[in-house]
Amino acid sequence: MPDQPGSTAIDIVRVSKVFGAGADQVAALDAVSVAIRENEFFTLLGPSGCGKTTLLRLIAGFDFPTEGHILLHGADIGTLPPNKRPVNTVFQNYALFPHMTVAENIGFGLEMLNKPKAEITARVSQMLKLVRMEALAGRRTSQISGGQQQRVALARALAPQPKVLLLDEPLSALDYKLRKEMQIELKRLQNETGITFIFVTHDQEEALTMSDRIAVMSAGRILQIGSPRDIYDHPAERFVADFIGETNFLAGAVESLDGSRARVRLKSGAVLEAAVPEGFAPNGEATIVVRPEHARLAEGEGAALAGTVETIVYFGTDTHVHVRLDDGGAFTVRRQNSRGGEDVPAEGARVAIAIPGAAAQVLRD
Amino acid sequence: MARTFDVRRQTGFTTIAAICFALLYLPIMTLVVYAFNAGTSIAIWEGFSLRWFEAAWNNNQVIEASWRSVRIASVAAVLATIAATMAALATTRTKPYRGLAGKYAFINMPLMVPEIVVAVALLIFFSRIKIATGYTGLGYLIAAHTAFCIPFAYLPIRARLESMDQSLETAAADLYANGWRTFRRITLPLLWPGILAGLMLAFVISLDDVVITEFVKSGGQDTLPTYMLGQLRRVVTPEMNAISTVFLLLSIGIVTLFFFMSRRK
Ligand SMILES: Nc1ncnc2c1ncn2[C@@H]1O[C@H](COP(=O)(O)OP(=O)(O)OP(=O)(O)O)[C@@H](O)[C@H]1O
Ligand SMILES: [Mg+2]
Repeated sequence: MPDQPGSTAIDIVRVSKVFGAGADQVAALDAVSVAIRENEFFTLLGPSGCGKTTLLRLIAGFDFPTEGHILLHGADIGTLPPNKRPVNTVFQNYALFPHMTVAENIGFGLEMLNKPKAEITARVSQMLKLVRMEALAGRRTSQISGGQQQRVALARALAPQPKVLLLDEPLSALDYKLRKEMQIELKRLQNETGITFIFVTHDQEEALTMSDRIAVMSAGRILQIGSPRDIYDHPAERFVADFIGETNFLAGAVESLDGSRARVRLKSGAVLEAAVPEGFAPNGEATIVVRPEHARLAEGEGAALAGTVETIVYFGTDTHVHVRLDDGGAFTVRRQNSRGGEDVPAEGARVAIAIPGAAAQVLRD
Repeated sequence: MARTFDVRRQTGFTTIAAICFALLYLPIMTLVVYAFNAGTSIAIWEGFSLRWFEAAWNNNQVIEASWRSVRIASVAAVLATIAATMAALATTRTKPYRGLAGKYAFINMPLMVPEIVVAVALLIFFSRIKIATGYTGLGYLIAAHTAFCIPFAYLPIRARLESMDQSLETAAADLYANGWRTFRRITLPLLWPGILAGLMLAFVISLDDVVITEFVKSGGQDTLPTYMLGQLRRVVTPEMNAISTVFLLLSIGIVTLFFFMSRRK
């Protein structure tokens, strides 16, 4: 439940990880802090090489932080080996044991925990049912499809009932349709088991649809943490706004500040109301972002911006209108298509663009 | 390996290949054919007979030497494979460090040092121990064979370890397996084909050895190859051919057996 914070499951406290030494040192993580709540579907989102896998490996215990602490329910687990941490991983390549059957794979963790045979058998069949793989329990893992391997990997990691489940781009090897199916499956499993999921992806759409909260990472740092809606509607930094979805950047200046709202004057002279990120300190210049679907094409006065339609691109569900602003900038408006809906302007037509009060967001940088 | 480009289209390829195969297999074929010679010559054919196989079978010295060869090879191959497995684990399941390449070279040294040098060194070294302890058993031969078999066992095992998906071991650790149980349940079962290959190779190499055995053995410790060498210095009868033929079949049998065992994943 994103809106009622539970107690903290994993607490990452100023964790840094430096690879290599001397001149070719790489700071894969740079003083990262984040508290991941119990029972949460938490996503680490960021471009390739930003340190997602590194952070996951530190939580799993496959590697150790150069600095900082990793707490699980308040206890420091940062120096424990992986087999001593009640945390399991779903590997990107699944890493199923090829010489064991599906059932043996799923039972492996429980066996290593020295659980009684009867309990292992019961739990394995429960897991098989959970991931709908009962029919293939006796198969070798090399004899099942990619999607089925994915399910086995999930069941194997869930069987020992870990406190936290780590998933490193678990869906990236699947084709589009199967990926959509598994996204729903993952959400269902998380709901049914109540286990904290820490999910890694560089697919922003996947992050937005699945997560309770998202941490957007770049170059070894976490830039913003929030609900999908927060991150999408109120990006705090240029990188976040740019990385997630499409967006329009406008130059302007903050005129007055009132808590989390500000009055900004755009370069075009229009004044509008915008949200500001936490800890925002105005210093004259400011960048304002507006999502294409939050702006409207308007008639005549009262509009914030004016320009000429350059191109119109039809997408089936919606239409993108690319406008060249009078001050030289570019702006895109996205319009939902509907049967017999309003007319789309012609290319070359003069248009005005209205920005509703809740649509504009000031960036921190 | 030569399949990456088509050498078969080069001029003279067929001729050269034919000559090479002839050089390789004609002598062996001749040897096998004359094992069935009814006469006492290894060069004049006098009709088909199994008499030389019978003679070899009834020759106590042959049977004794064969049995000794097998015992030495079995013990040496097992010891060498255990050592090689540990060496392979130590050199692949570790973060690369300065001096690792040197360690590879050190382990593979017996492949590079001339055999005759090792033989002489062992002769001198073991003779001191013999004098000091009075022990004259098969231990010396077993120790020597183990030593030179290690690199042969090491190579296939290391190759297998390097090609193995290491995330499997990581996954086992993630699922609460400690180091030993990860090894027993994941690494070892997946390593078996490599270990078997190493074992077979070591066994065949040991069985075949002449130079080091000749130098190290005490009186009455002939292995089959050294016995045959001794015999060849005197009178040569098709009995040698018969023994060689059996030896050949045995080797082919072992290699075939291994081939099928390693193919069954
Ligand atoms: N073992 C290592 N040794 C040296 N550098 C490393 C090591 N592991 C990761 N790095 C570096 O640390 C940075 C972060 O790597 P990481 O694997 O965490 O990225 P990622 O966010 O998971 O990327 P991707 O989306 O491509 O998987 C990269 O610059 C990478 O080159
Ligand atoms: Mg990664």
